[in-house]
Amino acid sequence: MAPGYDDVEVGHELPAQAFTIRRGDLVRYAGASGDFNVIHWNQRVATAVGLPDVIAHGMFTMALAARVVTDWAQDPGRVVEYGVRFTRPVPVPDDDDGALLEVTGTVAAKLDDGRVRVDLTATHAGAKVLGRAQAVVDLA
Amino acid sequence: MPIDPSYAGRTYPASDPYEVGVEKIREFADALGDPNPAYRDREAARALGHPDVIAPPTFPIVLTHRASRTLIDDPDLGIDYSRVVHGEQKFAHTRPVRAGDSLTVTVTLETVRSAGGHDMLTSRSDVATVAGEHVVTAWSTLVVRGEG
Repeated sequence: MAPGYDDVEVGHELPAQAFTIRRGDLVRYAGASGDFNVIHWNQRVATAVGLPDVIAHGMFTMALAARVVTDWAQDPGRVVEYGVRFTRPVPVPDDDDGALLEVTGTVAAKLDDGRVRVDLTATHAGAKVLGRAQAVVDLA
Repeated sequence: MPIDPSYAGRTYPASDPYEVGVEKIREFADALGDPNPAYRDREAARALGHPDVIAPPTFPIVLTHRASRTLIDDPDLGIDYSRVVHGEQKFAHTRPVRAGDSLTVTVTLETVRSAGGHDMLTSRSDVATVAGEHVVTAWSTLVVRGEG
C-alpha cells in the first residue's frame, strides 16, 4: 500500500537502504546518462586532478538516494521536487567490494495540497555526501 | 578570470526535440539497478495512472546535461570545463517524463557569483513538450574552480 497523506506524521522514518557502488556501475551510468567525464572511470586522470580515486557521478549518488523515496511512495511519479547539494565525493576503488552508500529518509514537514517533504541523509564511510537533500512527494 | 555577472539572465535557443523511448528509460533504470515496474512495464505504469512508462525523477539530466553544453561552450563565459564541479542539482516536475514524449530544453543562465576564487553559475533548464506543455524544470549549480 502506498502511504496516504493522513497516515503520515512528521518524523516518520522511511525504510533505509544501502547501495554498493562498483566501477562497473559507474561505466553503466556513464553510458546511460551520457556523462563521460573521465574522473568517473579513469583513475590516472582522477588522481592527477587531485581526487583520491575515481569518484561516483554526483547524479548517480543522487539517483540512488531517491530510491528510498520512490520505493516508499510506490509510484515514482509522486516525487514532484527533488534537490541536493554535492558536498563530498564518493571514491570508488578498483576492487570487488566497491563503495557503500547508506541512505535514510524522514518526513520533515507536511505541506499543503497533500504533499510532504522528505529529508534524506546519504553517507559514505560515516560522512555525509549530500547536503540539503530534500524531496517533495505528492501523497494526495 | 571571473565570469562577468552581467551575463545572468541570458537564455539560449531551445534544443532540438529529444524523443523519449521506453528502451532508453529501461537502460537508465537498469544503470541505477532499480527494478521498479513503472520504468519498464506499460501496464504497471498505467495501473498507477500514467499513460505510458515513466522515467526516474533524475532522468531529465540526460536531456539537460546535453542542452547545457550551449552554456558551457558559450565563448563569452569562457568556462574551462576541466575545472567544473557539480555543486547542486534540483528538479521540479509538473509531471514525470514518459515514453513517447518529444521534449525541448531551454537553458537560461540564472545567476553568476564569485566566492573564494571560484565562480558559481546556476542554470535553469525548462523542459517542455513540443506542444508547449511544461514537464520539468531543472536547476544546476556548477562551480568553476579558480586556478591555483
